Amino acid sequence: MWVWPALLLGVPLFGAIVVAVAPSRQAKWIALGVSAATFVYSVMLALVFRHWGDGGFGFEGSIPWPGLEKLGITLSLGADSVSMLLVLLTTLLMPLCVAGSFTAINERLKEYYGWLLAIEAAMVGVFIARDLIFFYICFEFTLVPMYFLIAIWGSEGRARACTKFFLYTFTGSLIALAGLLYIAWQYQIGYGQWSFDIAALTVFAATELTASQQAWVLLALLAGFAVKVPLFPLHTWLPLAHTEAPTAASVVLAAILLKLGTYGLYRFVLPMLPEAVVAYAPAIAVVSIIGILYAALICWVQDDIKRLIAYSSVSHLGFCVLGLFALNPLGVQGSVLYMLNHGLSTGALFFLVGMIYERYHTRDMTKLGGLSKRMPVWAFFMVFFVLSSVGLPGLNGFVGEFLCLVGAFTASADNAIYPGVLGPWYAAVAGVGMIFAAMYLLIMVGKVVFGPLTEPARAATAHAIRLPADLTIREIGVLAPLAVLCLYIGLQPKPLTDAMEGSIEGVLGAYPAMVERHLAASHESASDPAVDLGVVVQQPREREERIDG
Amino acid sequence: MVDKLWFLIPEMWLFVGVVVISVMGLCKARGLRNAVPLVVIGFLAVAFIITPLLYTDDRLAKVADGLLIPMLGRYVKMVVCAVGIVLTMLSIGLIDRPLEQAVASGRARFDPIRVSRGEYFVFFLLSLIGVMLVCNANDLIWLFLALELTSLPTYVMVAISRPSRKAQEAAVKYFFLGAMSASIFLYGLALLYGSTGTIVLTEMRDAFAEQAATGGLNRLALVGMVLALLGVSYKIVAVPMHFYAADVYEGAASAVTAFLAFVPKTAGMLAIILLLMTVGWSGHLGPGVEGLPQPILITLWMMAVLTMTLGNVGAMLQRSAKRLLAYSSIAHSGYMLIGVIAGPTLGINAVLLYLLAYGVMNTAAFAVLGALERKGEEIESLDDLAGLRHRHPALAIVMAITALSLVGFPPLLGFLGKLYLFMAGVEAGHVALVVIALINSAISAWYYLLLLGLPMLAMPTPTSETIVSRPVIWPRVAALATAIGVVGLPLVAGRLLSASEAVIQTDEVSPMVDQFDVSMADQPTEDQRAP
Repeated sequence: MWVWPALLLGVPLFGAIVVAVAPSRQAKWIALGVSAATFVYSVMLALVFRHWGDGGFGFEGSIPWPGLEKLGITLSLGADSVSMLLVLLTTLLMPLCVAGSFTAINERLKEYYGWLLAIEAAMVGVFIARDLIFFYICFEFTLVPMYFLIAIWGSEGRARACTKFFLYTFTGSLIALAGLLYIAWQYQIGYGQWSFDIAALTVFAATELTASQQAWVLLALLAGFAVKVPLFPLHTWLPLAHTEAPTAASVVLAAILLKLGTYGLYRFVLPMLPEAVVAYAPAIAVVSIIGILYAALICWVQDDIKRLIAYSSVSHLGFCVLGLFALNPLGVQGSVLYMLNHGLSTGALFFLVGMIYERYHTRDMTKLGGLSKRMPVWAFFMVFFVLSSVGLPGLNGFVGEFLCLVGAFTASADNAIYPGVLGPWYAAVAGVGMIFAAMYLLIMVGKVVFGPLTEPARAATAHAIRLPADLTIREIGVLAPLAVLCLYIGLQPKPLTDAMEGSIEGVLGAYPAMVERHLAASHESASDPAVDLGVVVQQPREREERIDG
Repeated sequence: MVDKLWFLIPEMWLFVGVVVISVMGLCKARGLRNAVPLVVIGFLAVAFIITPLLYTDDRLAKVADGLLIPMLGRYVKMVVCAVGIVLTMLSIGLIDRPLEQAVASGRARFDPIRVSRGEYFVFFLLSLIGVMLVCNANDLIWLFLALELTSLPTYVMVAISRPSRKAQEAAVKYFFLGAMSASIFLYGLALLYGSTGTIVLTEMRDAFAEQAATGGLNRLALVGMVLALLGVSYKIVAVPMHFYAADVYEGAASAVTAFLAFVPKTAGMLAIILLLMTVGWSGHLGPGVEGLPQPILITLWMMAVLTMTLGNVGAMLQRSAKRLLAYSSIAHSGYMLIGVIAGPTLGINAVLLYLLAYGVMNTAAFAVLGALERKGEEIESLDDLAGLRHRHPALAIVMAITALSLVGFPPLLGFLGKLYLFMAGVEAGHVALVVIALINSAISAWYYLLLLGLPMLAMPTPTSETIVSRPVIWPRVAALATAIGVVGLPLVAGRLLSASEAVIQTDEVSPMVDQFDVSMADQPTEDQRAP
């Protein structure tokens, strides 16, 4: 039945229209109601979902749209466990985003809440699309609401930020579209008809495309997804967009929109292009490690709290990509878990910065200090989520980060079950990023939360004066669910990792054999006098290890 | 021959309309004069309705040998009528405005010498008739005359569309360059005739097939075809004949500019398709090699790449909304050429669909510009659009939707058109071309974002505050109708696709390939070529 998954998109989309026509005084309540209803509905779907753990797809069906079948476009929907988890993350965060904007947004309310609901529909659509064209439509459509959210309700530099955001991501995803179209075309050559069914194309691309074809498609897809993640050096749009966006938009950007990139890597790149992934995984891992360290160093010198957290996203998402390209269940589990964790803790951090900004109209660390004396509740949450983000054992951040690193560490050639092309060195260097993260985040906490109290004059706008010094019940209500989840995942990650296990095994199915073959080939070419230099340069470490072993 | 006349009924019907409105436009009664555009809409609507009724299977079967693409007319005529109706709405109240106001207030007496509204709509309809006639062309003379019938009225329309020198200048420029391109086109046709000995397109196709079977196409034919393509590139605003576009589009009134960007372009595209149908997209390079003959392919490839790149780069540099849209019109021709290069059946279908999509989107953009004015003058600068949302929210939203559709944003009409074009290009193996087009789409996002952002996000400036909407409501109706089209037509995408797919079937293309294979088998060409 296509109706059940389609409702996940349909409800927020319908809500967006209702918000747009209803009087603007009701806008926030309608938006809250609709997004909460979507959340409840998604939880209900999750409860009846039958494929937790087994990697199958549930709620499958196609939106009937006569005439498009001729082009192979079917608009199919469906979700496996990983999609389902990301859908839940999305639907959970949206009501919080709506509730978090109640006092911050005071103009053009109908448009604001309309766009928030529209972007929810688009993001859910990305996660449950089983048809390439439908995926692409949703993937692109996230840009428009975000463009307007930044451009209308952003802070001073919004014009540049939203344009840069739009152009970067639009260009990237166009190139990704070219790669996806190429796969579909090859399929058309092979089978005589166009198809955009993701399942069919995945099987086709993984088995029928040659290594060089896969490499080109990998490059194209990376152009789209790496901009979204964002991977160094394509990350430059992110600090701007995050910093200038209104609080809720920053939360959506960091918590969910960035995950579209990693989800794209997980859903398309890994299963479709195994041969190219094995060949280029070390290169991608190096790039993501550079991103981890480089962004962490930038964080260290930031005075703007929001910008600091924005750069920390670049650093953190580096771990996520590293875990994916470890190509073993541990790493990929860690990576998927990291997507969820990052959504929860960084989302919460953006909320916390937004709350400060509403009160003081500044995000400058040098002007703020010792706020724990003025706002103890806020300080509690700040320290809590910073610790979660840093990766304190017992909180959620640790589990994901640790699994990613263990995955990368064990992804060496001598791993019996899942041999990989990374290894201990990758994990060791990336691990330095964790130390950096602790440094910059704790320095920030030390300055802002503790120490002597420095606070600028309260912002003189009407609503800022109405806000009490510490958090209101509403604001606590926004943060508390996230905190509870962070703690729960930190203590009990097993249900989640179990749930995603089946899906991950499906994605990684081709890899052990592929990696073996790749290693054997590079070993051979190493002993061959006519060596292919490119391969040798890429793989010197593995060879040495083998000789040692 | 008589069977063919059936398909000309829409044209004849519109010609009746031409006669009627040329008289009505001169009538002393003001009501009758004001009714001219409505009568035009009526005639177009009837033509739209009768066209599908005329194209019945038995009539098509009778003319199957007499036309290259018998079904072409059905789709094109309906599209032209539909877009024509919206374009008519856009022109209402444009012509003779000061004069009619003076007559209405009693300051001037009605003088048939001084009015030109009737003439304007006469030329308007004649130009549409020209496009429709192109579909029925089966010889070079007809093709040429139909193309010129499309273009000649537009020269006059540009001149009388605005009471300003700029319009006159634009018209003169447009006319002289048009004449030059027509002569190049005609020279190409002459060479085609010389190389095949016939002016009938279907016979020419057979002649080419024969030439190809006996050692490749005649050099003269290739030169002729390339010249004809260069000549007709004027109509579709493609490189190398694109340079007039910005000046002419800027000089003419918005309604006429919308007309220029759709009607001659459609005629030119159809002419290119018909001419290329004679050489065919398969088999002329040798057995087993697909694609257009090499010189023609290279010409079109260069044209496509240069057209979209120059169009998009040029548009980025503009500060005038109309010039920007002129360059965007150039760029879109470049995209369409991908479909032409890809060839039947997917490529041609994609071009036909894109013509509809572009017609709707482009008219929407110009309708917004045409619906606004400052002290009776058209608005031109992009800055005039700043903060449009505050005064005219509906028009601002139309502009925003149109900009997104023009950039090819899913799920709007422009995305559907582009996806189809790119699929066709990829299917024909022109991956490089499609990648260039995708990069161009990304470039175009830059300036279309201005069209999206300025009306919706920017604050109104003192100059843009003085902008009001035109006193007549029809341009706004046109804007709204086209915006609904941009959003709504993808919902009936299936119907649109099957309509454009009905135009050209695989079995209409393949007979030529069969012929070629047969002739290859008959003649021992390998032996002849062997030393």
